[in-house]
Amino acid sequence: MEQTTMTSDSILELKHIHKTFDDKTIIDDLSFQIQKNEFITLLGPSGCGKTTTLRIIGGFEKPDSGQVLFHGTDITNYPPEKRELNTVFQSYSLFPHMNVEDNIAFGLRLKKKSKAYIRDRISYALRLVNLEGFEKRRPVSLSGGQQQRIAIARAVVNEPKILLLDEPLGALDLKLRQEMQHELIRLKNELGITFIYVTHDQEEALTMSDRIIVMNQGIIQQVGNPVDIYNEPQNAFVADFIGESNIIDGIMVRDRLVTIGGVAFPCVDEGFSPNQLVDVVIRPEDVELVEPENGLTTGIVRDIVFKGVHYEIQVDSQIGISFLVQTTQAFSVGTSVGIRVIPDNIHIMNKPISSDEQIIDKDA
Amino acid sequence: MVKKLFSRLYVGLIILFLYAPIAVLIVLSFNDSKSRVVWGGFTTRWYSEVFSNSTILSAFATTIALALLSALIASVIGTLAALGIDRMRRKQYQVVMFFTNIPLLNADIVTGIALMLWFVRFLPLGFTSLLLAHVTFNIPYVILCVLPKLRQMDVNLYEAARDLGANSRTAFFKITFPFILPGVLSGFFLAVTMSMDDFVITYFTKGAGVNTLSTMIYGEIRKGIKPEMYALSTILFLIILLLLILMNIVPRLKNREQTASAVRDF
Amino acid sequence: MNRKLLAAPYLVWVAGFIIIPLLFILGKALTTADGGFTLQNIAAIASPIHRKALLLSLQLALLCTVICVLLAYPLALIVRSSKLNQQSIVMFILILPMWMNFILRILALQMLLSNNGILNMILSRFSIAPLEIINTPAAIVFGMVYDFLPYMILPVMNSILSIDNNLIAAARDLGANGFHVFWKVIFPLSLPGVASGITMVFVPAMTAFVISDILGGGKIQLLGNVIEQEFSVSMDWNLGSGLSVALMLFILATSLLLGRGQNQSDRGRLLW
Repeated sequence: MEQTTMTSDSILELKHIHKTFDDKTIIDDLSFQIQKNEFITLLGPSGCGKTTTLRIIGGFEKPDSGQVLFHGTDITNYPPEKRELNTVFQSYSLFPHMNVEDNIAFGLRLKKKSKAYIRDRISYALRLVNLEGFEKRRPVSLSGGQQQRIAIARAVVNEPKILLLDEPLGALDLKLRQEMQHELIRLKNELGITFIYVTHDQEEALTMSDRIIVMNQGIIQQVGNPVDIYNEPQNAFVADFIGESNIIDGIMVRDRLVTIGGVAFPCVDEGFSPNQLVDVVIRPEDVELVEPENGLTTGIVRDIVFKGVHYEIQVDSQIGISFLVQTTQAFSVGTSVGIRVIPDNIHIMNKPISSDEQIIDKDA
Repeated sequence: MVKKLFSRLYVGLIILFLYAPIAVLIVLSFNDSKSRVVWGGFTTRWYSEVFSNSTILSAFATTIALALLSALIASVIGTLAALGIDRMRRKQYQVVMFFTNIPLLNADIVTGIALMLWFVRFLPLGFTSLLLAHVTFNIPYVILCVLPKLRQMDVNLYEAARDLGANSRTAFFKITFPFILPGVLSGFFLAVTMSMDDFVITYFTKGAGVNTLSTMIYGEIRKGIKPEMYALSTILFLIILLLLILMNIVPRLKNREQTASAVRDF
Repeated sequence: MNRKLLAAPYLVWVAGFIIIPLLFILGKALTTADGGFTLQNIAAIASPIHRKALLLSLQLALLCTVICVLLAYPLALIVRSSKLNQQSIVMFILILPMWMNFILRILALQMLLSNNGILNMILSRFSIAPLEIINTPAAIVFGMVYDFLPYMILPVMNSILSIDNNLIAAARDLGANGFHVFWKVIFPLSLPGVASGITMVFVPAMTAFVISDILGGGKIQLLGNVIEQEFSVSMDWNLGSGLSVALMLFILATSLLLGRGQNQSDRGRLLW
């Protein structure tokens, strides 16, 4: 796991957080740091502990042990109203008995801000989310996307140091979701504050984040920027969860050489013990289909599906493994092809010792 | 901690308040004295004597017959009405619901007198007039129990059944009806309860010859209540207690088993 | 087939047993014994005796309603804060007493409250002076609260339990402490339930006559008693109908007022 070092820019730090519900461990010794102005995403399948982590940061849950530090101050036992951060809830949670204006003003009125100030902030916030003129509308009369924007406006008028977002785009349709992703990036840049975003959608995470924390079963699997997470997954779970992957059993014969089903594939990884059993991860777009005589092994095209930009092809290889391949070239079913992967695109990983493997099997 | 203790105490006091009179009545059913204020020792004789008291038994029979019959008729008419109301446009819906709310919101004494004034025009007051009155105030309860179920139901369920080859009749009995059945049953049960508990409307619409348990007890207040009445009420109360416990606990246990096995399967 | 037609039997029933009877009581109220038109029967509500009964009924019904709200509201809050969702058990506890005959229960209450009754026996054990509550308006209010409390608890609890926990989390997130959460979120959102509880308690309390008969010792005349006696003793059906219609109009006016109040409090900004 990547080691983070304490820097002066760290705004939030979680230290050794543990949380159980009914004897079930939800979060197990979780530690990470978040820098100022970062867009950080907690990514993982449902039940991985990401929402609980967010709720602990927001103050809605107390960890069984561990600390939450805000600018170095321990806020673990602060109630939500005493924390300088605001949340955008998954279900928006707009107050149904108040109109848009009263919803947005809720936090400011509690802080006893002046009427003029509140009026200014409301119109600023509505401009920010492109909903000018909605002051008197009731939440029930708004569409999902509009409610979503109001929920964001209601949170940001309070000028939180950190904005927590709990799967805020989950209920929206695909097109709206993509629009909102860009809106959120714009918002973050305009506001210049830290965003902590929770999602199970890997595409969303890759699009928006500065840094992604991949979680599974209450444990951090990998921390890194989107490019690293995608290109250099640290274990089979991450590889499988982020994008699509061929995850294949292999034997590391020696440094820079792995065999799959008895066929040798040159690679770039070193430092495994001789003949160690490993997971070999190959992205579908990294598998090259060539003339049969040019391949490291050969196979037969079983299935081809057009996906817009590329074709997705299933190839049953001679070595008994079915490869998922993405390519812009079409092949007809039944064609014999050669299979090749350049050494840089073969990622070798230790087999997981935890029960992560089961989860992968289930998903697959 | 203190707060929790206070909460417990508060809930306890409310329950005590609601159940203390019932406890008194149960104690009285074992009292070997005709007086309400003197404890004459423990006896179970009222429990055997109640079964040979023909006036009480006939009032009991009237009460039960009235409750079951009126609830049954109300359930049929009310369920059909809910199915129809569910398809009505907003304006029609509001008009019908306005009239549905009248028996619920109007004072019982006004409803009872109004029905009585109308009944005496065309039929002698008796069991029939009672039945008509009870059906009238029971239908709204059934409608209010069934309508939400219909509103919850996904229209596509019915359409899926039609799509898979069911005719409208089969689709209704295989899909719609099972879905709203819990609503119909709770409406029926509520109607039985309301009918059994009613005094005021019964009092005005019953006529001279007929008595339910309520009106009979009301007539006896000055003369003194027969202790058999306490015994009968206690039996009735315990039967319902048992029924309600079974209805509430059994499904819950089943649920728990299902979740437990689901967890194991996982 | 048009499914709306299924409502036809009910619509016939509404016409035959809801609308026509109301026309009949109105007709009786507006006529004299020999059939001439009069407003006397309805105006009789303003005569000194009837006015006294009306005012006393109003007083006791209001008191009963207020006490029911004060008892039911904390109960609903307690049930909400207890982690388990115990709503079905609470329903069960509330509905069960209805299966013990209503008049018997009021009689038992009379035994509990009477001067040498059980309550006073317990009080004397602790050397507390006996309460002389029976046959007073206080006893009648006690009986009304006892009988009608479930009708308040159910709607109030319904509205309070259905408030989404996320709304409360959202309020805290925006800086609200426990006090603010109550006044700005829970209280306004519970008002519709309180309003329907009030109508469900106020109307029967306003028109009660059995409770006042038993616990008031027959000496305290509420409007319900007056109307009942016009039918059972004086046999002046026209006057009885007139008073009933007056009572109905009075209740209608009160609930319209209440309905307007409800709409206003519904507007969250008034609370700020």
